[in-house]
Amino acid sequence: MSEQNTAAIGTEEDHHHHGPDNGKGLMGYVKRWVFTTNHKDIGTLYLWTSCIMFFIAGTMALLIRTELFQPGERLLDPDFFNQMTTLHGLIMVFGVVMPAFVGLANWQIPLMIGAPDMALPRLNNWSFWILPFAFILLISTLFLPGPAPNFGWTFYAPLSTSYGPPSTDYMIFAIHLLGISSILGAINVIATILNMRAPGMGLMQMPVFIWSWLITAFLLLSIMPVLAGAVTMMLTDRHFGTSFFEAAGGGDPVLFQHVFWFFGHPEVYVLILPAFGVMSEVIPTFSRKPLFGYSFMVWAIISIALLSFIVWAHHMFTVGMPVAAQLFFMYTTMLIAVPTGIKVFNWVSTMYKGALTFETPMLFAVAFVFLFTIGGFSGLMLAITPADYQYQDTYFVVAHFHYVLVPGSIFALITGVYYWLPKWTGRMYSEALGKWHFWLSAISLNITFFPMHFLGLAGMPRRIPDYALQFTDFNVIATLGAFVFGFSQLIFLVNIIWTIRKGKPATGQVWEGAHGLEWQLPSPAPYHSWEKPPNILPHHPRENEPSY
Amino acid sequence: MPDSTKLEKNRKSVRHQTFIMLLIAVLMFGFGYALVPLYNVLCDAFGINGKTGGQTAQSVVSSVDKHRTITVQFVSMNNAKLPWKFYPYRKSVDIHPGENTRVAYFAKNESGKTMVVQAIPSVAPSEAAKYLKKTECFCFERQTLADGETMDMPLLFHIDRDIPEDVKEITLSYTLFDVTGTKKSAPPEQRGKISK
Repeated sequence: MSEQNTAAIGTEEDHHHHGPDNGKGLMGYVKRWVFTTNHKDIGTLYLWTSCIMFFIAGTMALLIRTELFQPGERLLDPDFFNQMTTLHGLIMVFGVVMPAFVGLANWQIPLMIGAPDMALPRLNNWSFWILPFAFILLISTLFLPGPAPNFGWTFYAPLSTSYGPPSTDYMIFAIHLLGISSILGAINVIATILNMRAPGMGLMQMPVFIWSWLITAFLLLSIMPVLAGAVTMMLTDRHFGTSFFEAAGGGDPVLFQHVFWFFGHPEVYVLILPAFGVMSEVIPTFSRKPLFGYSFMVWAIISIALLSFIVWAHHMFTVGMPVAAQLFFMYTTMLIAVPTGIKVFNWVSTMYKGALTFETPMLFAVAFVFLFTIGGFSGLMLAITPADYQYQDTYFVVAHFHYVLVPGSIFALITGVYYWLPKWTGRMYSEALGKWHFWLSAISLNITFFPMHFLGLAGMPRRIPDYALQFTDFNVIATLGAFVFGFSQLIFLVNIIWTIRKGKPATGQVWEGAHGLEWQLPSPAPYHSWEKPPNILPHHPRENEPSY
Repeated sequence: MPDSTKLEKNRKSVRHQTFIMLLIAVLMFGFGYALVPLYNVLCDAFGINGKTGGQTAQSVVSSVDKHRTITVQFVSMNNAKLPWKFYPYRKSVDIHPGENTRVAYFAKNESGKTMVVQAIPSVAPSEAAKYLKKTECFCFERQTLADGETMDMPLLFHIDRDIPEDVKEITLSYTLFDVTGTKKSAPPEQRGKISK
């Protein structure tokens, strides 16, 4: 801490002497990244890990779509197909969306609240370095004798207990590790936001991105231990003679679904709330207007988070539930549409009569608002209990959650990266490549996922490697779209690498309409920033203040 | 600029909050486990997971409701390719509520070794479960058969007269689970109960 005090006395120029210590040679370089406690380094590590995982799980998605290009068992063994659907889901959720948002949190929270680093920097390092081991465990199952986990990402008992392959234990321990990593990360985020804000920044002056992460961290803290409990019960059922989910011993497989979805539903808000936060930063910037209805946005996030704990059984309407319970879960689920609707309307109101420009982050943001809403509507359809009996376990469900996750979470991540990349690297990305990336992605994802609605309504079940002939046309369209979408993401990768190497220098403010604290720093943000907390808070003006 | 006392105060509050949050994580881990008895209690209270009532019902002498006839169907299943023959002698019976009925299942161990099994009942529709009262059932106990041995397994039950009007047909299914070599625990029907 004394070092920090000394540094705080220094002027801006001193910062250039405080870069990372790269040591000597390869070992020095490795040590720098393994032992780093700098929030920017750790944010970068999270983001690159997520990027690698994105291409691994994306390849699995393309294998799935290739198999489904035509009916009949064409390419993959059905058991391998099941392994692909399982690992694609697990890696996309735990290896792509979650670490990428934690990466954004690591980079942006200290910059945006005027803190020198996260509150618990060494814990931060540990949170990240648990992840590679978890994913090595999980992905190694593909290369071991016997099948990898093959029961779907929801690993329902008894498929994952009595019938699970030996590799299930690898998955269980991978999830334990991921849980520890997420819980420690969440503790760090909460401690940082509650203690490290610049003087004068009250809770209701925080950027919405910070609010969204504060709430997300509380969700993580509450649900990851429940998931850890669920997989521990699986483990003891498999090896230590307990019968939590084993009917022969007095357990009940349906109990697994309750425990899993008690974790699983808040989890989907862990995947989307930070996305809401990113949108609430980007849309005002490119509308050159303050965010419409700031306090409503904050309370909407809080109420979504609270409601998420009492809706879980809408994932399992068909397991056999009393009518009263079905009605309860149907109504509470539909109630979530109210705060979500508030958010969508407020983004649209922010854009209304704004001086809009459509740089790449804004293009992705506008597509997010529109396409996420489609996913929200299909969610409402699924919430209707009697209709859900028709949609349960069909491609309609697949269409629904891909609409909220791909143009939802993934687009928000892409938006965030394009928006803050100039701040991180000090260089502008290529707007031309960005526009190509956007248009190809936006069009191809609709070609991929929109036909899945029709397939589901017509009765095609999910998680099957083969299907009846009448589903062929829409499956062909979906596969073609998937390949365009998958390869379009390489443009993103090329653009990021090009930016780092050759991008034109960016200014400190980067965007004309950007007003947060992070834009007061020079670009690239110095390795040690805000050692002296900012005195003025230019911060996110409210709608009743004079507009810019 | 934060002076050293302020920094110290800040670190204390970070430590304090970290401790509280770790506690929350531990408590939520426990809550996951608390869902297990909670689930059993709720299912029991509302009779919603198709498990038939735990207590052995008293054989009734009260009057039989001759105005209603309910079809009770019997289904048998073997879990995980259990090498036993297991089926009900009668596929269904038509009975009046309140009427005592005796049926039997046939079981034969064809596994080549002595095995212990446990039959787990399930009733559909699930709201009928609590009105199906068993006086005697092979599912109350574990059953042991040597290789090639056969047994008639009895079931004595009646249907409560309070059963809702709209229930005309009840399916009672038994699944046979291999429990050889596992510790004898409380019978599944008693599990999750708080009393006794």
